[in-house]
Amino acid sequence: MKTDISKLSLDCKWNELTEGMQIYGSSTSVEFKTGEWASVKPVIDEDKCIHCFMCVPVCPDSCIVVKDGVRAPLDLNHCKGCGICVHVCPVDALRMEGAK
Amino acid sequence: MSRRDRLSGNEAVAEALRQINPDVMAAFPITPSTEIPQYFSKLVAQGKVDSEFIPVESEHSAMSAVIGSQAAGARSVTATSSAGLALMWEELYLAASNRLPCVLTLVNRALSGPININCDHSDSMGARDAGWIQIYAENNQEVYDNLCMAYRIAEHKDVKLPIMVCQDGFITSHAVENIVLNEDEDVKNFVGEYEPENSLLNPECPMAVGPYSVTNYYFEAKRAQAEALKNAKQVVLDIAKEYEAISGRSYGLFEEYKMDDAELAVVIIGSAAGTTKDAVDKLRAEGKKVGLIKIRLFRPFPADEIVEALKGVKAVALMDRTESYNDTCGPIGADVTTALYRAKSDTLAINYVYGLGGRDVRVEDMEKVYADLQEAVDNGKVVNPYRYMGIRE
Repeated sequence: MKTDISKLSLDCKWNELTEGMQIYGSSTSVEFKTGEWASVKPVIDEDKCIHCFMCVPVCPDSCIVVKDGVRAPLDLNHCKGCGICVHVCPVDALRMEGAK
Repeated sequence: MSRRDRLSGNEAVAEALRQINPDVMAAFPITPSTEIPQYFSKLVAQGKVDSEFIPVESEHSAMSAVIGSQAAGARSVTATSSAGLALMWEELYLAASNRLPCVLTLVNRALSGPININCDHSDSMGARDAGWIQIYAENNQEVYDNLCMAYRIAEHKDVKLPIMVCQDGFITSHAVENIVLNEDEDVKNFVGEYEPENSLLNPECPMAVGPYSVTNYYFEAKRAQAEALKNAKQVVLDIAKEYEAISGRSYGLFEEYKMDDAELAVVIIGSAAGTTKDAVDKLRAEGKKVGLIKIRLFRPFPADEIVEALKGVKAVALMDRTESYNDTCGPIGADVTTALYRAKSDTLAINYVYGLGGRDVRVEDMEKVYADLQEAVDNGKVVNPYRYMGIRE
């Protein structure tokens, strides 16, 4: 019953929308890649990163998570380029770069 | 099969709601619709219905609560008039765009100002673009029957839109008339259970209702909504046919009274149609070929069918019980004239504003309207197509 939101692209016709614009199913926000909106994205220098996890809780879009005891690779699908992670990193392992 | 009683329009609505037994009523009082939640809350207190009654702090909250409960999967209803409807204006659009088949029993009353508690159609006409299905009644029998059919129309899979069941304030809502009621079992079976495909209170499939939509989607969303309203017309006819089988009373998109060979006609909504029928009978007895079309389904507007009904009519009076303040026409005037223009009809049309703030409509007034129509036919044209009836000028 889950709505396939990949079928709701910007060029879908009026009769291809869901009824009343309702969305069925949970966690559909995960599939909606708001990261496409960003003009800058963070880049991490793995050599500098000390896995202190200061960046983990401040990301508003949960792009930086802890997995198996270490900081996992950045999932930038929902990153909007706010740069808070860069701001809090104590060892300057993160920097923002222009995104396409 | 049926039983006879004598009830006011509001009592008839309360009786229909008792038989329908909706899940939720959220309402705020306003004259002349107050009696509806008043009688219904008494039924709730007496345990005669299983409904949840939510006494809210305003009509804005009433419609908000109805939208919430309807989205949750509960058959919901509210009642209001005039300024109460105006206060729920933003929610009306949401109930429709969210495709929630709730019911609003509207008791037509003039919008302020000046403050007036009597009947006119400015309230429901002011909301005619909100995307709701609008059905009007001439008397208590019709409002009772319309309410029995309301949920079946609104909940139909091709429609799923909210519906406004209207009756004239005081004239219908408070006047006691004879009425034929269906048996409880017949209404219960006719209306059936509400089984929404999706609802908020369904743990198997969580859902989001009423999202934000960027410019890329809004226009298409509104078009999809318009399609549902289009479908409502046929559904209204189909449900009426089914209802005839259990009640013996038949309904259509509008009533045609002595229209067969009519050369002069009046198009009107509500209780004044009854007065007009007296005028028609009187003039017919004098040999004049006059008739009446009483609109029942106003939204969506049955344009093609009205054009068909007006074929052969030389002049038609379009009666609006509201002032649209556009210096041109009223709502019925606009919709019928548009339909006639597109059909390249040569029927002359005079639009009248009448009955505002409960201004009485008399048989003589309607006889004068037919005389005006005859004058227009004799002159071959309409001088002043936008007039006021029953006003001191």
